[in-house]
Amino acid sequence: MTGTGVGPELLRLDNVEAGYGQQTVLHDVSFHIHEDQFTGIVGPSGAGKTTLLRVLLGTLAPSAGTVYQRPDLRIAYVPQLETVNWNFPVTVMECVLMSKTRGRRLPWASRQEKAQVLDVLGRLGIGGLAQRHIRELSGGQQQRMFLARALLRDPQLLLMDEPTSGVDVSTRHDVLHLLADLHEEGVAIVLTTHDLNGMAAHLPHLVCVNHRIVADGSPNEVITPAVLEQTFGARMEVLEHLGMRVVVDEAPVSYVPGMSD
Amino acid sequence: MDTLLEPLGYAFFQKGLLVACLSGALLGFIGVYIVLRGMSYIGHGLSHSIFGGFAAAQLFASQFYVLGAGLWGILSALAITTVVKRSRVGADAAIGVITLASFALGVALFAKFGTTGPSFDNALFGSILGISSTQIYGLIAVTVLTAAFVFLQYRALLFSTFDPDVAIVSGVRVGRIEALLMVILSLAILATLTVVGVTLVAAMLVIPAVIARMLTDSFGRMLTYSTIVGMICGVAGMYLSYYAGVPSGTMIVLVGATLFVIVLAFTGGRGLKRSAGLDSHSEDLLAEPAA
Repeated sequence: MTGTGVGPELLRLDNVEAGYGQQTVLHDVSFHIHEDQFTGIVGPSGAGKTTLLRVLLGTLAPSAGTVYQRPDLRIAYVPQLETVNWNFPVTVMECVLMSKTRGRRLPWASRQEKAQVLDVLGRLGIGGLAQRHIRELSGGQQQRMFLARALLRDPQLLLMDEPTSGVDVSTRHDVLHLLADLHEEGVAIVLTTHDLNGMAAHLPHLVCVNHRIVADGSPNEVITPAVLEQTFGARMEVLEHLGMRVVVDEAPVSYVPGMSD
Repeated sequence: MDTLLEPLGYAFFQKGLLVACLSGALLGFIGVYIVLRGMSYIGHGLSHSIFGGFAAAQLFASQFYVLGAGLWGILSALAITTVVKRSRVGADAAIGVITLASFALGVALFAKFGTTGPSFDNALFGSILGISSTQIYGLIAVTVLTAAFVFLQYRALLFSTFDPDVAIVSGVRVGRIEALLMVILSLAILATLTVVGVTLVAAMLVIPAVIARMLTDSFGRMLTYSTIVGMICGVAGMYLSYYAGVPSGTMIVLVGATLFVIVLAFTGGRGLKRSAGLDSHSEDLLAEPAA
């Protein structure tokens, strides 16, 4: 899986500072996204991952620095499942159709639009769930539904906030494979994650963030004890397993039952 | 049958019934967006604010007090939106301060200078007596305007209600949609005040939508059900108001509250939690959705 970003540039941040009110969350961030990119933004909670994503999306204006976006760039965004109001009264069909806000003004969907939705749902393996209420889906199905909504915009760049947060191992694998397929089809992907072993280690390119960019490169380049300590503020051990980096917490011995003296 | 037909022999009741039916439908319709956005309190606040507008507008332009009150309501709504966006004040606090200050001003002006428009009691609790043709035309115009706005902006409204951040990224002008919704809400409150009254408008914005939410999981059907429930409340409330000899607004709301209890008993409050702002998301996180 390639995806380190050597194709034409889609989006660029130069020396960006951003935050909320008087509080600056991101300092001096420079970041490029290219057409063939598949990048994970890694960092602990509160490190500014979502803030960085919001700057990339254009929903948060930087307080300093510049953001360049290629004209007519089609961006789609998949939110964190935890932030969604699952009791909102919409079916899967209604939810996916939300991305069709341009062009047709009528409230009801045309036959062509319905066919498009069913097609993309089918591609993602949830074709039979169109009339279900969104809360009746499993975590993986909910993620696929939002991917379907994003894909209906035919995006060149897909941004995702913690796509595997709160889902089980099997769902995490499914989501990863799905994203790899989308990337193969030519969609640039940038996602945030704090899951080092389950998600980040499987991605071709990582950016470690802790209010500023700590490191940037392939997993083998950035998953190192020194970078992780700078990023997460905790000492971690890095092991090699089947050619992949595996991160192990260096918990104090006294925390492990039966190991304390 | 005579019970239904007898009041219709009076012209004031015919007008009142028409206005109550339209008011119920209008508030029920727009209430869906208000409830799903967790803004139930703003209906309460804006109706109080517009009451202040009634009193103030009569002092400066007695011929156009309705217009003045409407403008007052719109400015209050936009002031709330601005305060929330540009300061650390929460929406509930901003609504409380701005609209209750406006209400207090209205009470003071009523007490000091009296009124040339609706009486203090009628403005507060609604009355079907003396509804003018102008008020009926105004209500019809606002209903048509609201229906047209929702029809033309249905998708953008739904998207920005469900997920405003993603809607912005998808090209929806969420700020503009929200401002327009506030203007429409202010006009709807203004147009229905004469029937339901200031203190009860908020109830008619919320109750039909909450009942509808318990009955369906589809947004489109919720809009339809809420409108129908609002109409039923308006019609039944008018008849009960006529026979009981109490203000129309109180009976309309009591019918709504009774329907709410009945539907709650049959459905167990399905769908209410987050939508009605009664729940944090933490429970949703803990619950594993069915496969």
